[in-house]
Amino acid sequence: MRGATHAKWAACAAAAALAATACGGGGGGSAPGVLSSSWGDPQNPLEPANTNEVQGGKVLDMIFRGLKRYDARTGAAQNMLADRIETSDSQNFTITIKGGWKFSNGEPVTAKSFVDAWNYGAGLEHNQKNAYFFGYIDGYDKVHPEDGGTQTADTLSGLAVKNDRTFTVRLRQKFSTFPDTLGYAAFAPLPQAFFDDHAAWVKKPVGNGPYLIDSYTKGSKMSLRKWAGYPGDDKARNEGVDLQVYTDNNTAYTDLMAGNLDLADDIPAAQLKNVKSDLGGRYINTPAGIIQTLAFPFYDSKWNQSGSDKVRKGLSMAIDRDRITGTIFQKTRTPAGDWTSPVLGKDGGFQDGLCGDFCTYDPQRAKKMIDEGGGLPGGQVKISYNADSGSHRVWVDAVCNSINNALGNDKACVGNPVGTFADFRNQIGRHKMPGPFRAGWQMDYPLIQNFLQPLYYTNASSNDGKWSDKDFDKLVDRANAETDRAKAVQLFQQAEGVVRDNMAAIPLWYQNGSAGYSDRVSDVALNQFSVPVYNEIKVS
Amino acid sequence: MGRYVIRRLLQMIPVFIGATLLIFLMVNVMGDPIAGLCGDKQCDPATAAQLKKEFGLDKPVWQQYLTYMGHVFTGDFGTAFNGQEVTELMADAFPVTIRLTLVAIVFEIVIGIALGVVTGLRRGRPVDTGVLLLTLVVISVPTFVTGLLLQLLFGVEWGWIKPSVSPDAAFGELIVPGLVLASVSLAYVTRLTRTSIAENKRSDYVRTAVAKGLPRRRVITRHLLRNSLIPVVTFIGTDIGALMGGAIVTERIFNIHGVGFQLYQGILRQNTQTVVGFVTVLVLVFLVANLLVDLLYAVLDPRIRYA
Repeated sequence: MRGATHAKWAACAAAAALAATACGGGGGGSAPGVLSSSWGDPQNPLEPANTNEVQGGKVLDMIFRGLKRYDARTGAAQNMLADRIETSDSQNFTITIKGGWKFSNGEPVTAKSFVDAWNYGAGLEHNQKNAYFFGYIDGYDKVHPEDGGTQTADTLSGLAVKNDRTFTVRLRQKFSTFPDTLGYAAFAPLPQAFFDDHAAWVKKPVGNGPYLIDSYTKGSKMSLRKWAGYPGDDKARNEGVDLQVYTDNNTAYTDLMAGNLDLADDIPAAQLKNVKSDLGGRYINTPAGIIQTLAFPFYDSKWNQSGSDKVRKGLSMAIDRDRITGTIFQKTRTPAGDWTSPVLGKDGGFQDGLCGDFCTYDPQRAKKMIDEGGGLPGGQVKISYNADSGSHRVWVDAVCNSINNALGNDKACVGNPVGTFADFRNQIGRHKMPGPFRAGWQMDYPLIQNFLQPLYYTNASSNDGKWSDKDFDKLVDRANAETDRAKAVQLFQQAEGVVRDNMAAIPLWYQNGSAGYSDRVSDVALNQFSVPVYNEIKVS
Repeated sequence: MGRYVIRRLLQMIPVFIGATLLIFLMVNVMGDPIAGLCGDKQCDPATAAQLKKEFGLDKPVWQQYLTYMGHVFTGDFGTAFNGQEVTELMADAFPVTIRLTLVAIVFEIVIGIALGVVTGLRRGRPVDTGVLLLTLVVISVPTFVTGLLLQLLFGVEWGWIKPSVSPDAAFGELIVPGLVLASVSLAYVTRLTRTSIAENKRSDYVRTAVAKGLPRRRVITRHLLRNSLIPVVTFIGTDIGALMGGAIVTERIFNIHGVGFQLYQGILRQNTQTVVGFVTVLVLVFLVANLLVDLLYAVLDPRIRYA
């Protein structure tokens, strides 16, 4: 009798242990032909118009294909689902999509799939963080009242479905490069299933890209598999991708070293020194459409008086960009010579050396310029940054050191760390910055317009320093109205010249994307958004 | 005894309210959580206002707190920014951390007490000095150093374990992280047991037991150990809460998706609902563990009940 009780206890304990283990096994090992890749927990629910960070963007890039797609090497916008996009006045566009495209649940992709998705993305009541992408379309102010009023329409009046494969777009103003923006994920089409059962769709998104989502455990893992029925010509060359959430990019790197992970697309700063000897040729370091700048609080009269542009130029000349990018970033950053990015290419508007002497380290002239401009406001600059992620602390200290050396004053520049990114953004939003602050910009689409208008146009969405210049605004308006692409780019470059002459922000460096991979995989490349081109990776 | 229990239970109420209120205020003082949601861009004001309304962030803090606590008592911990229910996050995270804590506690009990007994019985001998030195090293080296070192040696150099723990986090994978998490407490348990054993070795009841001619094993386990373990049990009991809350470092190193990971994410993203929810549960764990220890103490040592 007593023995029986003991046995029962043992059985219960074993059962409890098993339940707690939750069917172990599985784990790290991937199926044949499937590669594992590092991932971060997406910040927002995975909806095309609601995803504004790289981690969620990775998934969208795998499961969606839009009207256009940016070539991974050249960045040029090429037609994907779009058959043709026609306009005669840069304001009214007729878009015709190719036939034969489907979502992975079998639904056909029609003109309605796009119009519905865009109307949803723009609607205020849907809380989509990328809603402003639809701001150029006529009727946006009704669907998404900026002043916080109530939404008076559900659909954008500028969108109209003509037939299954054609729809028209009417913009609020002329915008010649509008078709080139349509490769951005926010413009992806959505299946009817999204609207019928939104909760279920968000749990397991369905798109029209080369991959479909096999399983998704929020916060830890997403398994994507090759979609056999994918009609496009950029079919996946592997059987699938397992995205594995890492709490820390150091752990991902360790896992890569131990052969437990195939691809880590964020090499921790501390490992940059060893990465070449650790991985040999299996390390890539390519330019991405990201530029780091120092923005200024133009709402503060100290930084916005006559002569203060000289102070800003002087500060820019006091920064030894070559040395900082070489020692701290191990050449994963390139000293900036303009306010755009090399990924645009010459034709796209990138112009190295536009900044000229103002971005060249020259401590003597820097000191002279700052003195001419009336000296540093308050005798000291405080550079604000968020201390919770990245290596911002290290480079801000280095920049300050460089400035201090140039000015021969130990206290000329100090860092001003802000605890969390949210608080940093919050202080920027409330216009509380005590001096220059870190301003990173990752492009939404490879267009020079995207590097200038959102950042420096009067009251633009990301013009955090509230810089305003009539000449700049005029040039941008003219560039947008220009139907000839080359001329438009030229006008944007003229506008960029205005930014330079006022030193509206100090360009620091262009950021590269970096990744390391195992010897199981080949043909690994990063696109201009520093996201791996997953469908081209081969698994041996 | 009944009165004592009731008094202890009543004491928990102000502690619980105070702790949650403090956390709530601290997270709110950090500023507007919506600001960080739009990446390096400014959220457009209309969407930001809409989101604030949805998360109830447009109301005064005291009102937010009252609504929040009202919901908590019905088991609703709100929604995280990624659209997931906080209770769902908890259901994922707590089992993992509980397993990790269990592994750590087992290490503490088995290794800690064994080493403590051995050294306590052989005070001043080389074994004792050796273990004392070892525990000193363990206590003085920060957890993240031990963790990263073991990960590098076992995971990369020798390939005994996988450097990271899979989302399933089975017991087998948690042995090394559990050891790392337990290390500091383990050293304390060893030292506590050692002192206690050494002290009681010379007490009257042990001498009596030896004089009665009881076998050495029985003297140690039944008489010496039982009495010496009271402070150790207290320590381990209170340590449960500390281990669960303090797993942040270990969980980050070994990529364990437990409570520490969620808290870390929640703080970085300034996600009030997640942080307050998890801390509320952790506070409860602390309180219950403390209560149990106190009750156990009262059972073991009747004098405490009347104090």
